[in-house]
Amino acid sequence: MEHNFIFDLVGNNIWAYLITATIPLIFVTLYALVAILGELKIASWVQDRLGPMRTGWKGVLQPLAEVVKLLQKEDITPKNVNKPLFNVSPFVMFTGSFAAFAVIPYSSKFIPADINVGLFYVFAVSSFAVIGILMGGWSSNNKYSMLGGIRSAAQMISYEIPMALSILAIAAMANSLSITEIIKSQDGGIWNWFIFGGPGPIWKIAFFPFIIILFLVYFIGSLAETNRTPFDIPEGESEIVGGYHTEYSGMKFAMFFFAEYANMYVVSALVTIMFLGGWNSPFGDFLNGPIWQFFWFISKAMFFVFIQIWLRWTLPRVRVDQLMYITWKVMLPFAFIAFMGIAFWAMLNPTIIK
Amino acid sequence: MLQKPPNQNKKIKKNKIMETLSIVFYLFAFIVVVSAMGVVFSRKLMYSAFSLLFTFFGVAGIYAILNADFLAVLQIMIYVGGILVLIVFGVMLTSRVTDVDIITGGTGRTIYISSGIFATLMLILLIFMYTTVNWGTIPITEYKDTTLDLIGLTLLTKYVLTFLIAAILLLIAFIGAAFIARKGN
Repeated sequence: MEHNFIFDLVGNNIWAYLITATIPLIFVTLYALVAILGELKIASWVQDRLGPMRTGWKGVLQPLAEVVKLLQKEDITPKNVNKPLFNVSPFVMFTGSFAAFAVIPYSSKFIPADINVGLFYVFAVSSFAVIGILMGGWSSNNKYSMLGGIRSAAQMISYEIPMALSILAIAAMANSLSITEIIKSQDGGIWNWFIFGGPGPIWKIAFFPFIIILFLVYFIGSLAETNRTPFDIPEGESEIVGGYHTEYSGMKFAMFFFAEYANMYVVSALVTIMFLGGWNSPFGDFLNGPIWQFFWFISKAMFFVFIQIWLRWTLPRVRVDQLMYITWKVMLPFAFIAFMGIAFWAMLNPTIIK
Repeated sequence: MLQKPPNQNKKIKKNKIMETLSIVFYLFAFIVVVSAMGVVFSRKLMYSAFSLLFTFFGVAGIYAILNADFLAVLQIMIYVGGILVLIVFGVMLTSRVTDVDIITGGTGRTIYISSGIFATLMLILLIFMYTTVNWGTIPITEYKDTTLDLIGLTLLTKYVLTFLIAAILLLIAFIGAAFIARKGN
């Protein structure tokens, strides 16, 4: 409770819990607007055009226009779909993404739920997305949707394994699975972040290659986990129309869309927590108040959201067999080797309290 | 906040927490019961498979209320992320199964009467067990931080042999699966 200022303001009652649950929802909505604008603008800059220019100054109101468009679109339910599952699927999908926000911190004074298995929890609830995609793909009664659903489930299950290994390595370095503990063990400036081996003597440089490998494995895995290019074969337009959301329109499509953007933030926040010191300021105690921590955390996470968008408009899509090759034959062995190296470092590191 | 005498303050706080917890408990219990009924009574296999999702979710919530945080997360991780996906894949890939109605065999008076008698006996047995067995429950006075450390410690000291045997079993299953998959070559 010491990490939640709402309880100091309102007191420990059910209203405090409700407010704590509402803040992430508001945050996701605002973030999605920014991310949609970012996606449109960055896409057009990469392709050497201007992008949306007519709505507001330089088109900054474009995401609002998109939301209004999606809200008032006709909600078509095809005749032969399996109605109950077809209607439930977008909500299951969004529940999965939003559930992860329960443990994602904003600053040291506001973490919605400071649980001790935080990192593991984020990882577990992402499996709701697999079920949601399978549900949508099967109930659409469409071969393309079904193929997209199966592809996506296979992809997400495969990429979870190297990602789990990098989470294990971080748990070994921080000696905890709690997000607060992980972030607290990285305080004291940029040199103590886990991407630089965490706090420790200077010979930690010897273990840098392992950490860089783990970081890359986790980041590539998170791209696949959110179904973003270069791993967006579940919705590859040139092969299977729209994948699992081919039959969806209007508000239900918007839910899928929303869930994808929410997932992007979740994985970026996890990269921030695990490798880039979470809410810690890069200058040690300088500029490290609760408000500044909010600024640092959001800017680090948004930087990774930007990288995801940038990669999407730069790289081509991989083939299905290449996708499976990358995870099982390249990422997994590298992740194992890196994990052994990190475990060795965690044993040798004198600053970790056993 | 007004400063109250420490003793009284603590008591009020505990009561409030319990109140919120019981609301949450009944919510999860409702989810579990309704979705479990969905699993049993739905005519389509696919509906059963997907209502299992809500059952697993509700059970995980109840674990979390019972202060078993690690078990709750494992429940979602293994049952939703692993077993349920496997079941759904199995149902999806066998196209004949998805459209067939599951019809319970046999109708008529005999089957209703016998199943009624069986259900009543079962209910009596359960009530008997519930009231007579000493469950060894203790009222929750405070919430511990985590069960994670203790689980890890016992797994790697007291139950290390079981742990290793489970690991070997998984390895055998893994090699077997790879062997079956490559049989064509």
